Amino acid sequence: MSILQQSSISVDLARRTEQPSSLDFEDIQHFLMSRPPARAARYEFLTFGSATGGRAWLTGLIDKVGTAKAVGQSVADSRWVTIGLTWNGLQALGLDDASLATFPEEFRQGMAARADILGLTGANHPDHWVGRLASPNLHAIAILFARDVAERERCRQEHERYVAQCDGVELLSSLDLEAIPPFDYAHEHFGYRDRLSQPVIEGTGVEPTPGSGSPLKPGEFFLGYPDEEGPAAGMPRPKILSQNGSYVAYLRMEEHVGAFRDFLREHGESPEQQELMAAKVMGRWRSGAPLVLAPEKDDAELGADPQRTNDFNYGSMDPYGYACPLGAHIRRMNPRDTTQNIQRRKMIRRGGTYGPPLPEGAPEDGQERGIAAFVGCASLVRQFEFAMNVWANWPNFHELENERDPIFGTQDGTFDMTIPKRPIRKKITGLSAFTTIRGGAYFFLPGIRALRYLASLGDRH
Amino acid sequence: MATKAMPTAGPQQQQEAMTARQNDWTKPAAIAIPKEGYFKLQNGRYGPIYPRTPACHGFTIIAKIKPGREDAVRAYGKTIEKVIGDVPDTLATLKLHYLRWVLFDISKDTYFMYQGIFDTDFDKYTEDAVALFTKSGVNTVFENLEGFPEDWKTNVPAFAKFVREHQYPSFLEYGEYPYVTADEIKKALKLKAAFTGMLDLMQ
Repeated sequence: MSILQQSSISVDLARRTEQPSSLDFEDIQHFLMSRPPARAARYEFLTFGSATGGRAWLTGLIDKVGTAKAVGQSVADSRWVTIGLTWNGLQALGLDDASLATFPEEFRQGMAARADILGLTGANHPDHWVGRLASPNLHAIAILFARDVAERERCRQEHERYVAQCDGVELLSSLDLEAIPPFDYAHEHFGYRDRLSQPVIEGTGVEPTPGSGSPLKPGEFFLGYPDEEGPAAGMPRPKILSQNGSYVAYLRMEEHVGAFRDFLREHGESPEQQELMAAKVMGRWRSGAPLVLAPEKDDAELGADPQRTNDFNYGSMDPYGYACPLGAHIRRMNPRDTTQNIQRRKMIRRGGTYGPPLPEGAPEDGQERGIAAFVGCASLVRQFEFAMNVWANWPNFHELENERDPIFGTQDGTFDMTIPKRPIRKKITGLSAFTTIRGGAYFFLPGIRALRYLASLGDRH
Repeated sequence: MATKAMPTAGPQQQQEAMTARQNDWTKPAAIAIPKEGYFKLQNGRYGPIYPRTPACHGFTIIAKIKPGREDAVRAYGKTIEKVIGDVPDTLATLKLHYLRWVLFDISKDTYFMYQGIFDTDFDKYTEDAVALFTKSGVNTVFENLEGFPEDWKTNVPAFAKFVREHQYPSFLEYGEYPYVTADEIKKALKLKAAFTGMLDLMQ
């Protein structure tokens, strides 16, 4: 889940040789389609004190929003902008009640109201969130990816000046993100290689790597296109809002690197045993090599090889979880062939790491660090909420009885982790939390024409 | 209520204890369920979650059938028989123990009762169930019911709403071997078969 857009990202762009006319690349925001080569990012969370101010802000920014087409073509760009709106934000811009009512219920309610459904309880509950993300006044997010920190700072200042000119528009909070070294591969603070499996969308010209499944219909991620079941239904109205838009769920997830390393030391006497334990909770070695293909020891070359690192299943290759435990993170978040209708549960992940890396061997320093990520989809309830409710936080998933995702699930010391092993399985009881959700929200990423429609709402009244 | 096993537990702990006690299959258990169908309101993606009981998860859907459709509904018994005969694991996703379909009359109306006993909270896999109903033909039996949403194939929330509005929670559920899943039963029978075979070989 890490980010920042390192070199692997531009590979996506390079491979996108053809752009069939079915997807409207000029209208789709680039965010879920391409990964620009950014090493820094900034998320700004905004509120609109007045509808006219909000629309003015939007009007001036639309031309800066990167489209899927533009971002795919230019290598000279140094910053990429994305705009998302909450349901309250659509209302604040002046969208009428009839249109507002056509948005799906989970989006209307917002993430904070759905916290119990998502399993965001205890320390993860919205009562403890930072950045005023649980506030009904959260109306918009401006996502900035920049080639480097200097460019981010330039953009920050420019946006600050711009916001000051827009009546009633205020910054609720912001988050700066930076890729963590070494920069030659994407990874997060625990040290796991990231961005290993991403869904491929039909019509983008990208070929899925072996084991990644067939390309998905665009309607799984972009409104207005057929999805895996046929023509998509339940779209927002007027129609312009349902063309080329997506929903994203934002999560700011703190990673407790000190606690994680303590856990590894507690359950592994040697460095090799600790690495194995790290692999067992994730389902991959930190190099990215999957346990199903490398059950005994790490294989860094395999981890770095996109042609091989996803080429496995669970049903026939590891049905009992002797290699990859049934409750390991990657086995929960993508059960592959061991669940029904997997093509309807896929999500696109974007985001990056924030906070300073904790050097190996250093004690926990109490600084917040983690991943601030977006999950993109066409249906929050079917894709994102299912993943949270069933895969991440349902204790009896795969008949595990009392487990949650060891890395991503809500842990409070009352859940276990079973590691199948012959002759006797190993059971870790009372797993502690390695992560805490510090905030989240549901945003709608409209297509470019829909952004223009929203910006011009006042002109029609 | 299951106060025998958890004498001091309040409703909240009781609901949470349902899953933890699932391995205690040696003692028959009964549980009385409040009118709402749950002890404590806990929302799933499409509405309240119903607890697991000694008789596993399940629901009883009762709905009036459209006038003149009784034969059509009854004919679907044969349809499902054939579907399962051809592809026995068609309904595997639903984690079923049993299905019971019943037709009965109240004055001049005919009602359809769909009772299912299964091992997953229905809310968890609602979309998968809808997809499965489409493929297996179970769908059409629902289409003979009054008030069933016409756009159900593409409108999962409407489907879930219909099921919930026509679901009558039990007020008592009993299990002779409580909290045992169909998978566990099948595993036990497999073991038994393996042992029998082994004993035969040792003769």
